[in-house]
Amino acid sequence: MPKTMFDKIWDAHEVAAGLIYVDLHLVHEVTSPQAFDGLRLEGRQVRRPDKTVATADHNVPTDGTPAARLIADELSRIQVETLERNCAEFGIPVYSLGSERQGIVHVIGPELGITQPGLTIVCGDSHTSTHGAFGALAFGIGTSEVEHVLATQCLVQRRPRTMRINYSGELGAGVTAKDLILATIGRLGVSGMVGHAVEYAGETIRGLSMENRMTICNMTIEGGGRAGMIAPDDTTFEWIEGRPGAPEDYDAAVAEWRKLPTDEGARFDTEVDIDAAAISPMVTWGTNPGMVTQVTDAVPNPAEWGTESADREAAERALAYMALAPGTPMTEIPLDRVFIGSCTNSRIQDLREAASIVDGRRVADSVRAMVVPGSQQVKAEAESEGLDEVFTSAGFEWRTAGCSMCLGMNPDILDEGERCASTSNRNFEGRQGRGGRTHLVSPRMAAAAAIEGSFVDVRQWA
Amino acid sequence: MRPIDVIEGKVSVLDRADVDTDQIIPKQFLKRVERTGFGEFLFYDWFRSGELELDPNPILVAGRNFGSGSSREHAVWAIQDFGFQAVIAPSFADIFYVNCTKNGLLPVILPEGSCREIAAAGEARIDVDDQTVTSAGGVVEFELDEEIKHRLLHGLDDIGITLQGEEAVTAFEAGGGADRGPVTTAL
Repeated sequence: MPKTMFDKIWDAHEVAAGLIYVDLHLVHEVTSPQAFDGLRLEGRQVRRPDKTVATADHNVPTDGTPAARLIADELSRIQVETLERNCAEFGIPVYSLGSERQGIVHVIGPELGITQPGLTIVCGDSHTSTHGAFGALAFGIGTSEVEHVLATQCLVQRRPRTMRINYSGELGAGVTAKDLILATIGRLGVSGMVGHAVEYAGETIRGLSMENRMTICNMTIEGGGRAGMIAPDDTTFEWIEGRPGAPEDYDAAVAEWRKLPTDEGARFDTEVDIDAAAISPMVTWGTNPGMVTQVTDAVPNPAEWGTESADREAAERALAYMALAPGTPMTEIPLDRVFIGSCTNSRIQDLREAASIVDGRRVADSVRAMVVPGSQQVKAEAESEGLDEVFTSAGFEWRTAGCSMCLGMNPDILDEGERCASTSNRNFEGRQGRGGRTHLVSPRMAAAAAIEGSFVDVRQWA
Repeated sequence: MRPIDVIEGKVSVLDRADVDTDQIIPKQFLKRVERTGFGEFLFYDWFRSGELELDPNPILVAGRNFGSGSSREHAVWAIQDFGFQAVIAPSFADIFYVNCTKNGLLPVILPEGSCREIAAAGEARIDVDDQTVTSAGGVVEFELDEEIKHRLLHGLDDIGITLQGEEAVTAFEAGGGADRGPVTTAL
């Protein structure tokens, strides 16, 4: 019987009914301390430290602080130092502050070449879906599950349903993978993928780089999806070749990986078709990623949605929080801050695209803008290309690697009432700082918004 | 985890859809390295601004897609620490639902109409074994995975159960099942 890629990976990892073997466990400082504590309380060991790796990302300052003990915020310092101590005690490799391999967990996995096709990958972070871009089955778990994986290298898991989203047509000039996934979530809603492992397929996806594919899989969770996946191909294999974690017998590995894509005729529980050529640059207007529209549109008017709609009430509350009046053109929304970074959009291609917009221009006087590379290696690579110069001479701050202003657990936060164009993944109330207002956009759109001081249709800047 | 059998008492109502875990427990409270003490930070911004008030009753009735967004288990710890023992909603986000079951916070999925009836009744009785919710609006049944139900009823430690079947894991590894992927300690 023809099988989906999800079925092939799941079936190869089922130790017993409902018990899945984990090939790679990524760990960070926020969701792991209670799990390590649990192990100690029960006198348990980490079963496979050789399939586990840790980094510090959520809490780290992005001002170049070179070691955990020098983090100014006491609670953050304790959390990062606790991670280092736990990893030392249990024999887990850790790339903490000061390591040249430190960075956002979903950036360093692919960068090290340890994110590979056919693997099961978990992490105590909902954006673990990112790694599915390599044809892996990857998803976020809670702290109790982190402890379970540490102790047993397995996870109790119900088999999700499957969904395939087929994209046709080419993305227009200036339209990016970020716009594609925002448009998809706008159409399906923030719970449209709940309970599903989602495969992104079609000619549009085949033509995308690994960075672009990661952006798409990353935001699967914003549609409620359990895991996002893209079939591995030559683009995938070229990315992995030569990286530190690449398989020793690379050709044999590639031969195995070529068997992973979904078989012709395999059945999905749900199929969706989307015309990628019709997608425009997108901007969110509300307080979840599904509240999104084209940059050429205006802030919607929920009053026109009918009185029975629960969506209407949510939208009205969102507009009040965002301080936006219905009918306002998206291009007339003034901005205070711009953030380019996060596990969604902080890889080298993202920075190159943003830099191509910024080059030779100046950040608007009213805007404070920052670029935060996803890892120390991305930072080094960007600097070797002179991208840091492009950004700083335009008036951007150039920071060191971390989650930064995506979630406000470190000093990079919005002040009350500030409005930010952000390349991150969540525009929830208070996400970037209490009372802060977030608009999600692509790196190109964020870069152009920094220059203009308000949103612009980046297609006109080509 | 404490065994749970019957949860009975007054109902608090949060009539909003897509409530995300950033609202349930904002990020500035995720820096603790313990599991306890999160209750006072539940819905911190909403409570503090006065736009939401909830009494710490045994049961919370919430809107669809409750617990979306971040995987932070702190959201479950905060809800429990505040006093809720069960959350009834038309649907839950996947990771949040699992996190509930790992901590003995009972997630009950019921149609919107039933949720409204229970909210209107103001109090309810949830029987885990029978998989029923009884209120002035009547008796409704809910679905619960047999495995999860067994663990909740007996307060069983997930890891303990898996380790009891450890031979299966060892056999899987010995059979080559664990040969995929990188050796992180050799990078």
